[in-house]
Amino acid sequence: MKKVYALEEYCVGCKLCEVHCVVAHSKSKDIIKAYKKETPRPLPRVIVEEDMPVSFALQCRHCEDAPCTKACITGAMHRDEETGVVTNREERCVGCWTCILVCPYGAIVRNEEGKKVATKCDLCSQSGDIPACVKNCPNEALKFEERGE
Amino acid sequence: MEYVIVGNSAAAIAAVEGIRKNDKKGNITLISDEKHHTYSRPLISYYLGDKVKEEGMYYREQDFYTKNNVKTLLGEKAVEIKKEEKKVVLDSGEKISYNKLLIATGSVPFVPPMDGLEGKENIYTFLKWDDATALKSKVKRQSRVIVIGAGLIGLKAAEGLNKLTDDVTVVELADRVLSTILDHQAASIVQKQMEQQGTKFVLNNTVVQICGDGKVEKVILKDGKALPCDILIIAIGVRPNVALAQTAGIQINRGIMVDSKMETSVNDIYAAGDVTESMDITVNTNRILALWPNAYQQGEIAGYNMSGGKMQFDGAFPMNAIGFFGLPMITAGIVNPTGEGYSVYMEMNEDDQWLKKFVVKEDVLVGFILLNKVDRAGIYTSLIRDKVSLGVLKHHLLEDGFGLKAFPKSIRKEKMLMGGRK
Repeated sequence: MKKVYALEEYCVGCKLCEVHCVVAHSKSKDIIKAYKKETPRPLPRVIVEEDMPVSFALQCRHCEDAPCTKACITGAMHRDEETGVVTNREERCVGCWTCILVCPYGAIVRNEEGKKVATKCDLCSQSGDIPACVKNCPNEALKFEERGE
Repeated sequence: MEYVIVGNSAAAIAAVEGIRKNDKKGNITLISDEKHHTYSRPLISYYLGDKVKEEGMYYREQDFYTKNNVKTLLGEKAVEIKKEEKKVVLDSGEKISYNKLLIATGSVPFVPPMDGLEGKENIYTFLKWDDATALKSKVKRQSRVIVIGAGLIGLKAAEGLNKLTDDVTVVELADRVLSTILDHQAASIVQKQMEQQGTKFVLNNTVVQICGDGKVEKVILKDGKALPCDILIIAIGVRPNVALAQTAGIQINRGIMVDSKMETSVNDIYAAGDVTESMDITVNTNRILALWPNAYQQGEIAGYNMSGGKMQFDGAFPMNAIGFFGLPMITAGIVNPTGEGYSVYMEMNEDDQWLKKFVVKEDVLVGFILLNKVDRAGIYTSLIRDKVSLGVLKHHLLEDGFGLKAFPKSIRKEKMLMGGRK
């Protein structure tokens, strides 16, 4: 399956990927409205780690053998058998954070606005487009490709 | 092929999913003495506290059994295994044949003998959905509830009950709450959090006598004090539910002993989940690790191997993600080291209700407590599991922004660019 790969040599740490992730997961899909008007504001599902000169953007690796789906106590976290995308059915999530306990990449974030739920990268599955983080990276530090590992 | 699974929780469901990876056709019969569609046991406290409704309790979709071609015998108890005949006997007398059998019978509450325990109404344990349902109908706003045990189950029950009554007292023999997963400092923060919400605690003490005529009226504590009580919940601990396994003469220590394929000492009989003993890789000892993620993992491995695959269980360690009244914590491995050779890295702020503690032995992380600041905990969990030599990483463990950036570039790239676990 196609996944997002980070090239840390090209990352400048601008965090535009985080901004566009927020927009892509907002109701309005509009950058100004998403930041100024939407409460709760969606959280970025991509995490930029920075320890200059090193920086890179990390998101869910959509593991084939995903520890989060196996550890999930409610069955909310699941992997789509056809697409391979790991997503959280937020309506079933109770915010127990067992997925955070087991994700070796630290790629799942806590969303505590309103009902507590685990939030994570869904590869912008609903958009029918390439992931927003990849599309909007100004220095091509994120690649969306099939690597046939 | 005839697969028979006894149990209907994490390990049993995982076994169905494991079997179906290899064998789409074989017959699977799943037996459970509970009548419910598979549901999430950890959610019973959420149900009690009205945070999850009935429809939110189910662990898999309603069509799970039909989709996976599983024949269910729900509300039927498996009482005996006739290993020579390869049959499971139900309490109705019916016999079910198997080629491969999985015992995933979980835990039963541990209730020690107590003076006055017998023949009284309003005494409960808290492990099943039906327990929560019964409590929900019994507990009234003015009910005085006493919970014996300040472990995970006792405190989760107390949290759920907070919504139903104003009077919950937890009695605990140890000197702190959650003594198996927290240290003194973290336990004290959690206790205060719960006290602020109205839960009362009596530590270093226990119930020695239950008084009342036909129903609980009061309990007498070890120190002689009497506490009035309308509802008593016994949450002292759990034990592996080995009764069925015993009928087949399977090797049992404290739990069922299994090999790395999850097979028991009797051919073609497998076991998984809370009923087994697993290797705790942080202390190199077999022990009961009654944990949801462990149960799923073992069940899946058992199912995979029962259906002709080859998958190995490579050990586990204690790990818990839990929270009380909005205060989350994630803990794993050894959190209260005793003996030589451990270094502890720790920071805390009682007023802001957070604590981070890391336990290192021979340059390898063997345990941690994260109270409130739980983000990215899984990176630490993976350091324990993979027994990573920490080197300079040690000095970054406590940093708030701890992440893969602290790792040597080669390891980081391998981790990130590999594209996930397989």
